[in-house]
Amino acid sequence: MKNEKDVLLEIRGLRIEGYSDETWVEIVHGVDLTLHRGEVLGLIGESGAGKSTIGLAAMGFARDGCRISGGTVDFDGLELTTTSESDLRALRGSRIAYVAQSAAASFNPAHRIIDQHTEAPLHYRLQSRMEAQEDAMQLYERLRLPNPTEIGFRYPHQVSGGQLQRAMTAMAMACRPDLIIFDEPTTALDVTTQIEVLAAIRDIVDQFNTAAIYITHDLAVVAQMADTIKVLLKGDEVEEASTERMLKAPEDDYTKSLWAVRSFKRKQKSRPKGKDAVPVVSVQDIDAAYGPTKVLEDVSFDIYPGMTVAVVGESGSGKSTTARCITGLLPPTKGEILFAGETLPASYKDRTKDQLRQAQMIYQMADTALNPKVKISEIIGRPAQFYSGLSGTELKSRVDELLDLIELEPSQYYNRYPPELSGGQKQRIGIARALAAEPSFIICDEVTSALDQLVAEGILRLLDRLQAELGLAYMFITHDLATVRSIADEVVVMQAGKVVEQGPKDQMFKPPHHPYTDLLLSSVPEMDPDWLTNLLEERGTDNIGEAASNQGNV
Amino acid sequence: MSYFVVTYYALLIGASCLAAFYKKREVFLLLFSLTLVSFVMGIVGGVSALTAVSVGAGLLAFAAGTSYAFREFLIIISPDDIAKELRTAPLTAAFGMFVIFTYAIAGIFAPYIAPFGEAEVISSSFAPPDENMLLGADQLGRDTFSRIIYGARNSVGIALGATILAFTIGALCGLLAATKGGWFDQLMGRVADVIMSVPSLIFALLMLSIFGTNIIVIIIVVALIYSPRVFRLARAVAGNIVVMDYIEAAKLRGEGTWYLIRKEILPNSTAPLIAEFGLEFCFVFLLIAGLSFLGLGIQPPTADWGSMVRENATLISFGDITPLIPAAAIALLTVAVNFVVDWMLHRSSGLKE
Repeated sequence: MKNEKDVLLEIRGLRIEGYSDETWVEIVHGVDLTLHRGEVLGLIGESGAGKSTIGLAAMGFARDGCRISGGTVDFDGLELTTTSESDLRALRGSRIAYVAQSAAASFNPAHRIIDQHTEAPLHYRLQSRMEAQEDAMQLYERLRLPNPTEIGFRYPHQVSGGQLQRAMTAMAMACRPDLIIFDEPTTALDVTTQIEVLAAIRDIVDQFNTAAIYITHDLAVVAQMADTIKVLLKGDEVEEASTERMLKAPEDDYTKSLWAVRSFKRKQKSRPKGKDAVPVVSVQDIDAAYGPTKVLEDVSFDIYPGMTVAVVGESGSGKSTTARCITGLLPPTKGEILFAGETLPASYKDRTKDQLRQAQMIYQMADTALNPKVKISEIIGRPAQFYSGLSGTELKSRVDELLDLIELEPSQYYNRYPPELSGGQKQRIGIARALAAEPSFIICDEVTSALDQLVAEGILRLLDRLQAELGLAYMFITHDLATVRSIADEVVVMQAGKVVEQGPKDQMFKPPHHPYTDLLLSSVPEMDPDWLTNLLEERGTDNIGEAASNQGNV
Repeated sequence: MSYFVVTYYALLIGASCLAAFYKKREVFLLLFSLTLVSFVMGIVGGVSALTAVSVGAGLLAFAAGTSYAFREFLIIISPDDIAKELRTAPLTAAFGMFVIFTYAIAGIFAPYIAPFGEAEVISSSFAPPDENMLLGADQLGRDTFSRIIYGARNSVGIALGATILAFTIGALCGLLAATKGGWFDQLMGRVADVIMSVPSLIFALLMLSIFGTNIIVIIIVVALIYSPRVFRLARAVAGNIVVMDYIEAAKLRGEGTWYLIRKEILPNSTAPLIAEFGLEFCFVFLLIAGLSFLGLGIQPPTADWGSMVRENATLISFGDITPLIPAAAIALLTVAVNFVVDWMLHRSSGLKE
């Protein structure tokens, strides 16, 4: 079917070096890659595997502080590693396009979307302004954006994240390039919006027979998009195969371990019975508002000792706001929060030291949750010192104990600073800081969503072990239902500031569902290459995501 | 054609060829363009112009050599982590550090270095330089060199004191305002606006004529004038930090404001504050020199560079450079501090070339 003439991009023995600590370190060690016209190649791997770096190298580009040190990049007969910068510039945008992870950060907020869209066609004098705008509107329509004739005249902040990501894909399509590089285009999106973007990208790539490199760390997503998958580990290729073969019969151990990640499951616990069982945290009918905007309405649920309650919903559904109410950062306008049967003061400022100690929080972004200028020993040691009054050798042995608990070698980490650690290690330090207070209840706010799957699984296992050892109760905020499946005992589904459904996990994953729960559940990508196709047929192709969530509203 | 001219061109052309041979593009361009410029200058200005060029080049090379040696010296004597930072310092920053170091030595050991006292009259007024007086005498017959050395102690000392005070007030208020927010933030902001809305020199003149001109008053008034700038910077920097999750975590832990400022916010805002310190130091220094020049700053007979310029100003019409020496001392220090600050700003902004 594919003969040699169809080859669009051929990378041979690509080596890329990065500059750190005054020396050049090789970060990609000789990767080969062949891409035919109209083919979609999935690049997967953990962070630091060199996926994005290779993706950029396919455009003949190296980031600041990086350089291509060896190998060839042959794009349709043109050797990109030796081409001059001005020729490369002429190529980029017109024949090779790039779609970045965060559309919100990649659009210039000061210009209208369509003006940014038409910039490339005008620059290369392919179309007049009117033609380019006409074409943009057609692309918007094909990408199923609402009001295709009008949406381009808005500014980037006036459309939603999913729409912006699709507008960016349209922009990449503006000059009908031969190759598009998608760098994690859906990672920052909710499951329900992710589907829209995935479907739109797949359609448009099919229609124009564009070749694409799809970079992601989500296997289920890549299974929907790619014809072939290449697995990378630390700058080396692990294996490459067609999507079906890769899913059914992965050869390498590392690939198998990637595939096995979602297998972590633990037994579901049920609520303690008997009259004296009191929930650790009981949220009772709370309303909350940011200024005049009401964001929570009649939210109530209970969390019993030693149990994990997962709170799920899209962004903006009020999950994190509920957590802010519980911690006292945002006093609720109505209702109250009981802690072990006692009412907590609404604001954290009025709570006693002991009340503050009992409820701890682990944050989504470990980067911003740990002070970069404070040593690990002090980050973990401070709560122990603050609440328990430990000092000197006692404090040091407590910190060692905590580091042991989170499976990090104390002597190695004691004197280091957060920026020197990897994402997973930072998240572990965040957990240790929460544990240092000896709490009975921990709020985990999207703790795994910024991490790779393998690392995330390690964190989940750690949290589970700690729960069993220390009898902690977790409130687990997430939009990832795979995480819910593996760790939750009870599930609370939230939409637009209200609880739409709650109950034990096994019931929640069995029909009948609330329509919104159903939408959430069915939107989680599965490891089946036909999943997206089937789902789209089921839901009807017309504006799947939004139509379905509107249904859910009713 | 004198031997000097022949040697001059031979050296330049030889060096250019060497640079070209070793493919040092920038060095070659620099040397050869200098050669071409020298042709023109040699034709227009004769031998004296070429002498001036070679003296200038020699001075530059001397300064570069000193800076390089001083940087290597600092790298060797400092502990590992500081040495690593110092290696990234450009030659200009090393030059700045060397000048600051020299001024510090001059200021600290002034009585041992200066051959005469700062108020000691030893000769007739405006006496020219001789073997006794390196730079001649001033309008009362005092040794200019000794007064320059003492001036380093007085002018720099007062400027340093005022800057430190301005930073203590400004940074503390700024960090507090960012942490507390609300009415406190508003109040501090408006107070800063009021102070900044009055032109600084006029404000200083007003305050000094009300409270009299002694050193304590000068330090406090100057600190007061400059603290709003520090306040605004500190508040802006801290404003970006207080929204971080680690601050929220510390607040939820029940930590007090003072702990938040000291342990969580301050370590993350030191880099821009230190860079600002260098800049403000220059401004403060110039303001104090200006006040002294106007006669409201440091009072005679205390040696001070600003007032030394004023006292000897009449000499300039006789073509004497004596009044320019203290002015040059001020300029050199300002440039040196700015070189160091540039390097620090570059580092704290995280830019890579």
